[in-house]
Amino acid sequence: MTPFTHTLPHTVADSLTMLRRNLKHARRYPSLTASVVMTPVLMLLLFTYVFGGALGAGVDAPASGSGGEYVDYLAPGIILMAATSGALVTAVGVCVDMTEGIVNRFRTMAVSRSAFLTGHVVSSVIQTMLSIVCVVAVALLVGFRPHAGPVEWLAAAGLMTLLTFALTWIAAGIGLVARNPESASNIPLPLQFLPFLGSAVVPPESMPAGLRWFAEYQPFTSVNETLRGLLTGTEIGTNGITALAWCLALTLTGYLWARTVFHRGTAADRRA
Amino acid sequence: MRDPLEKGQNGMTTPPTPPAPRDTVAISVTGLRKSYGGRPVLDGIDLRVPEGTVFALLGPNGAGKTTTVHILSTLVAPDAGEARVAGHDLLREPDAVRAGIGVTGQFSAVDGLLTARENLTLMADLHHLGRREGRLRTEDLLDRFDLTDAADRTAATFSGGMRRKLDLAMTLVGAPRVVFLDEPTTGLDPRSRRVMWEIIRELVDDDGVTVFLTTQYLEEADRLADRIAVLDRGGLVAEGTPEELKRRVPGAHISLRFAGPDGLAAATAAFRTGTADPEGLTLRIPGDDSVPTLRAVLDVLDHAAVHAESLTVHTPDLDDVFLSLTGTGTGSGTGTGSGKEPAR
Repeated sequence: MTPFTHTLPHTVADSLTMLRRNLKHARRYPSLTASVVMTPVLMLLLFTYVFGGALGAGVDAPASGSGGEYVDYLAPGIILMAATSGALVTAVGVCVDMTEGIVNRFRTMAVSRSAFLTGHVVSSVIQTMLSIVCVVAVALLVGFRPHAGPVEWLAAAGLMTLLTFALTWIAAGIGLVARNPESASNIPLPLQFLPFLGSAVVPPESMPAGLRWFAEYQPFTSVNETLRGLLTGTEIGTNGITALAWCLALTLTGYLWARTVFHRGTAADRRA
Repeated sequence: MRDPLEKGQNGMTTPPTPPAPRDTVAISVTGLRKSYGGRPVLDGIDLRVPEGTVFALLGPNGAGKTTTVHILSTLVAPDAGEARVAGHDLLREPDAVRAGIGVTGQFSAVDGLLTARENLTLMADLHHLGRREGRLRTEDLLDRFDLTDAADRTAATFSGGMRRKLDLAMTLVGAPRVVFLDEPTTGLDPRSRRVMWEIIRELVDDDGVTVFLTTQYLEEADRLADRIAVLDRGGLVAEGTPEELKRRVPGAHISLRFAGPDGLAAATAAFRTGTADPEGLTLRIPGDDSVPTLRAVLDVLDHAAVHAESLTVHTPDLDDVFLSLTGTGTGSGTGTGSGKEPAR
């Protein structure tokens, strides 16, 4: 670690300043945030109304806890998608700052080093949680009928916050290494489709062996199953603890990676 | 020569009460080295910049100017060398250095999505100035940089000159004692460039700030700098006041142009000190732009009954210094050529 002369209050104050800056960006240019909401909403409509009839027949068994409506099976996966598309905003936002001179300005000021990334990440988590609320509202409108009580809703919100933190730190790292904002918005795209290769749309049991193995063990599946369990009352089992472990591990990895990449540019600090 | 006069006037507007300096040297550098991928970019640089002066680092593209600024502003660590900036050791106390400096980089470092006022407030917050003090500083800078009317427009809508002004204003929010300006007027139109020069000169004359600027424009260095160092291929090839540097090139000469080879031959015979250029039909005579010298030249022409087409006086400027020091020129043969383009 570098011997920072900063006190904790300064770090907090700087992070809040950065957070205000990022929220101001989001408020002033809501189009990016809107596109984050639009993607999962369109997917929701597409899968509910276009594919829903056909797919619904195949997922009757796992959705037995609910009324058997396909949207009840689908909604948790779509909520996950909202979290993944939120990551895109972080990657783009961080990358835009990196490619413009503003980061070098922050670096030549006696500003807490972590504030820049913390501001971006916290702001993105807030935005993503808001878009998740929007997606849930649309899901309710198209017939999603969760059986969750207040405790389950709270647990679901907590889980989504954890997942969003994990994805956002990884996205921050992507934004730091991406050469330009275009590639920063492209790199996280596979992340957005990862829930499909899990239990978001259809149960992994229906997939071919190799894919099924991947679907069962990839992080989104456990998160998805936990969320589905919390909201619609399906069996959670060990998925809960696995989901928690994945989220924490990904957050830590993303955080350490982003921090390392960000500090690489400030070699003066490392020598000090 | 006119330049010294101009400089003299500038020098006379001394700051009324320069803030008492703790350390009379704002920047001192010894043996600074940096290489990227085995290629040396800075090859042992020594510099001393006294407080309250403007120091210009002049050099062609790729000479290492920006690398020097990056190192001195704590963005990049040097491979070797020592440096003290704003009273603190660069490597041991980077945050103390940061607290005393302001940097305006080559690429605009303003937040395009925020308004001018918000950009300045952001800086005030990051300097922990407090709400009241921050607001005062913001309004003062908006006023000083003539940005009050544009204060509530987002910086993305600004012209290049306004952006650069805002950029510099942001740099000054923390009241830095040492300001680094990396090519502050590159890409600006002549008018904005002049405004920028005035602002920079005021910073030094009124506030006693030390300015370290890099530039490829000789005119800029000449106008602004108290001392100039010429950087070429990672090394300093010259350092001194603009006048000292100009004295290093013995370039003052008068150039006569003739209609034909006969005139040139006759004149060459008349002026024994001249150098003839048969292709350009010109004769180059050592001499300055004083009236007696010119009169003497004309007298010689009259006596020899030679008719000259034109007469050009070429006084050495920083261009000559630059070209002769950095070896990017094509040699002294271009004397008449550059004499034809008196920039001022």
